[in-house]
This record gives sequence, C-alpha cells and structure tokens, in this order.
Amino acid sequence: MIRNLATELSTRDAVAATTLVLLLVAAPFVVGDYLLSVILIILYFAYVGQAWNLMMGIAGQLSLGHALYVGLGAYTAAALFVHFDVPPAIGLFAAMAVAALAGAVIGFLAFRFGISGVYFALLTIAFAEFTRILFSHFDWVGATSGFFLPVENRTSSDLVNLRGTSVMFYYVILTLAAGALVFVRLLAGTRLGYYWRAIREDQIAAQALGINVFRYKMLAVVISAAMTAVGGVFLAFYYNNLFPTDVFGIHRSIEIIVAPIIGGLGTYFGPVVGAFLIGILGEGLTNATEAAGIQTAGIKQLVYGVILLLIIKLVPGGLWPLIARRLGFSIKERRK
Amino acid sequence: MSAPILVIDDVSKSFRGLRAVAAVSFDVRAGSITALIGPNGAGKTTLFNVIAGVFAPDRGRIVFAGADVTGRRPDLICHAGIGRTFQIVRPFPGLSVEENVTIGALRTGTAVSAARRRAGDILDLLGLSAKARELAGTLTLPERKRLEVARALATEPKILLLDEVMAGLRPGETDEMVAVFRKLNAETGITIFLIEHVMRAVMALSQDVVVLNHGRLISRGTPADVVRDPAVLECYLGEDEEA
Repeated sequence: MIRNLATELSTRDAVAATTLVLLLVAAPFVVGDYLLSVILIILYFAYVGQAWNLMMGIAGQLSLGHALYVGLGAYTAAALFVHFDVPPAIGLFAAMAVAALAGAVIGFLAFRFGISGVYFALLTIAFAEFTRILFSHFDWVGATSGFFLPVENRTSSDLVNLRGTSVMFYYVILTLAAGALVFVRLLAGTRLGYYWRAIREDQIAAQALGINVFRYKMLAVVISAAMTAVGGVFLAFYYNNLFPTDVFGIHRSIEIIVAPIIGGLGTYFGPVVGAFLIGILGEGLTNATEAAGIQTAGIKQLVYGVILLLIIKLVPGGLWPLIARRLGFSIKERRK
Repeated sequence: MSAPILVIDDVSKSFRGLRAVAAVSFDVRAGSITALIGPNGAGKTTLFNVIAGVFAPDRGRIVFAGADVTGRRPDLICHAGIGRTFQIVRPFPGLSVEENVTIGALRTGTAVSAARRRAGDILDLLGLSAKARELAGTLTLPERKRLEVARALATEPKILLLDEVMAGLRPGETDEMVAVFRKLNAETGITIFLIEHVMRAVMALSQDVVVLNHGRLISRGTPADVVRDPAVLECYLGEDEEA
C-alpha cells in the first residue's frame, strides 16, 4: 500500500510535500509564539477536517454535529485525567471508544431506518445539541461552570500526560494532521475506500454490486468519530478548560466542516489547504478589526459564511483541485 | 436440456392496487440465454427488481441455484450469484470507468490490485479500455450501458440480468453487444437473462423467450415459436409497438 502511494505521487508532488513538512517542522525555531499558536490551530482544523472529510468527502455522509465527537473525546480524557489520574495517552483510547459508540448509535438509528441526506444531518445536529444540554447539567464534569485541568507551567515536555510547552503541543498536532492525511489517503485506496466512494456516488448501484451499505456507512461514522475524538483530547489538554456550550455548540460543528469544503471535499489535501486559508484569513480579520477599533463579535462567522457561499457557488469542487492543477501537482480526488 | 438455475414460482407484485406482476411462473435454464419481452408496462422491470431483491414479492418464491432467495437484500442477492444492470443506468459518475468496474470486481476479494487487473480485462471485453481513465459521468449513453454490463460482470455472477442494455444502440453496436454476450455465454457458461425491446437482438441471441403482458405470462418458447404465437402478435400489434 505504501508503495502504491509512492508510485502515484510524482517527483514534483514529493518535493512539494517534503518542503511543506520541513517548513512546518522548522516553524517553532523560526516563528514567534503568536504565529506558532495560529499554525497550531490551523493544524487542528486540518486534523478534524480530515476526520470529517473521511465521512462526508469519501463516504458521502453529511454530519453537521461533529462537535459531539470532539466534545466527548475532550471530556472523556479530561475527566479520566482529573478524577482518576489516567494519563491522556491511555484516556485517548477511552475517548475514541466513547465517540465511536456515540457514532454507532447515531449511525444505527439513521441507517437502520433509512434516514439519509439532510435528515441524517439534522439527526447529527440533534445529538450534538442534546449532548450539550446533558453536559450543561453534568456536575461531575463541572456542568455550565466549566471543567478545568490543572495548569502547570512546565518547561519540560511530558507526552504521556500531555503536559508541556506549546512547542510540544505544536508537534503533537502536526503529527496528528500529517498522520490523518496519510491514513485517510491509504484507507481510500483499500476495498473499504472504494466501497465508501461507491456508496457516496450511488447507494442503490453500490448495493446491487454486493456492498452491505449499512455496514460500510456504520464503519465510516465510527472511524470518523474516533478520529475526531482524538482532536478533542488534544483540545482539552491544550486549553485546559471545557465548557459545554463552547465545546458542543453548533458553531463548533460548522467550524470543522469549513476547511474541507473550501479546500475540496473528498480530496486528501483539501482540508489542509482549507484550514490554512481560513486560519490566515480569520487571524488577519481579527487583527484588522482590532486595529481599526471595531468591536464586532460575529464578523468571523459572517466572513466564513460568505466564503462558503462563494466557494459552493463558484468552485464547488473546492480550491485545492484548482490550485493543484495550476501548480501541476497530480490530484487524486473526487472530480465532478 | 439443462436444469433450471432460476425458478420464478407464482410471483405477484402490486403497487397501490396495480398488479405489476401477476402470478408469473417460469424458469431459466442454466447456461441459457433467455429473453424477457413484452410491451411497455408489462411488468418486466418489476419482475427483475423482485428477483434482484429491490422489492419483496407479495406472493410467490424466487429460487436461485436451488436456494430460496425470495426477499433477500440486493447485496445478498449479488453475493448469491445474480448480477444485474439498471434500465435507467446508475454509473458512479464521479469515479473513473475503471474504478466503477473495480468496485464490482471487489466482491470476490479484498485485494484492490487484483480487482483492478480483472476490471481491465472486462473493460477490454466490452470495448471500454480507451475510456478507463475517464469519469463515468462523461460517457455517452451507449457507453454507460456497456459500463453497467461491465460492472455487473465484474461481480462474477452465475446469472446476468440485463435490463434493456441494447436500447439506443445503433444496429452495428447492437451486433457487437450480441457477439460479446454470445462469447461470454459460450466461454464461461454464464446464464444470461435479458429484458430487450430490440427484436434483432432477441432473435439473434436467445434460445428461450418469455413474454409478459399486463403482468401476466402470455407465451414462452423458442424465438421462432413466440413470434408466431397469436397472443404475442395481438399484444404487440394491438398496441402498435415499435418492436
């Protein structure tokens, strides 16, 4: 499989990919704390965007409630750490299991009873919202007053307990984002990936070719949910505080899907490109409005909305296929 | 005469009171090429969908290779060895022609490289090799029909249900398709059961013909017998069908 991947990439792609990786690896030595934190958040969105992309871009199942999996992952690992001293390196697996289970419940309810498309998307929102309300009354993890992890100002890095400098967090999320890209790319080339794309394209035709549509849709949701939960664990230990509204809110779910849509649904590099574009734009906008002395809370969301509209209207395939063709990279993705 | 591979036993299917298929019984011999004909609305596609597991019949049984497959899910029907095409073609438009067929070929094994090789062979057979890298959504209708056949064939069925795959083809193209099905049937022994309006193809291909009209079986026999059957003549001529 690795060999297949290598042969499919041209030298040009390889040079570009290596350069990008080297730049990102070198970033902490070059850029300041502020810029590093910006790139870190960009990489976080590239990571969770990739997880969402697996489910929507490849398997064609629209989830508008992915904040649910982020939140479950975050709360699970954080609660295990605070209440039982379980290090996140282990809590991670519990987080993935809890999110996968939630995904399985949603998937089962939807796919067993033939709920698909927009109605499936509504169900995912409903579950995220329902969980948000549940956690707002869940005293064990602080309810609405928030759940806090002990903040230690460490200079050394402890990977097992995810306690350390922002540089450590940066490398963790860089590894995750790169790993997710490779993972999704490899998975897409297996029978599972082919079956997901068949289901995305035409479920009835897929079924006539012997594909157990229910099983493969379930797998898409469960794998995507577990991947997303890892992002949640990262978030919990990076920020050290969790609030139900801030974690499970619909705006969080939307944030996750913006990057892959802008970058290119079903492409492997699209979520990364989209995350960078949105991240740079978002920060630029914040700085610009601050400099201009304008206090407008919702302006970022407004701009995201406008960009989404423009992309869907003008380049529905996303920006990455466009950029890739311009720069002469080979693209393996969904083309319509 | 060989044994039946597919037995349609007293099958009925209604939609909101409309009897699309009414108490139809017949069988398809293993290794034969059997045609299902009849005027528009005769219930041919409905019967195909009942066989393929899209609809469960209201009454009756479908027995395939000795096993009762009545009402099984379409994917299980495929695994049982029944491959089908759709009258209104359903390619995976955003995937390449080769990927479309590879997905079919993956039914029999998990190795993608082997499935791709087999897909290549099948595309050769159906004259689609030159289009292998194109997106299925860009194909012309006759090409899409061939893709339907290629994809179904890739699942390695024992019987192939073809729903009007020659409609819209030029006479020369029809003859090519007929030659392909003959060759397949002769070389692999696959049973072919086809719905067809193009009588040129029906006469050239099939050993057995089954005729439906208003959901009922009105005639069956060799092509030569069937076209002389007064009941068949009446239903076609009476309705001024182009066939």
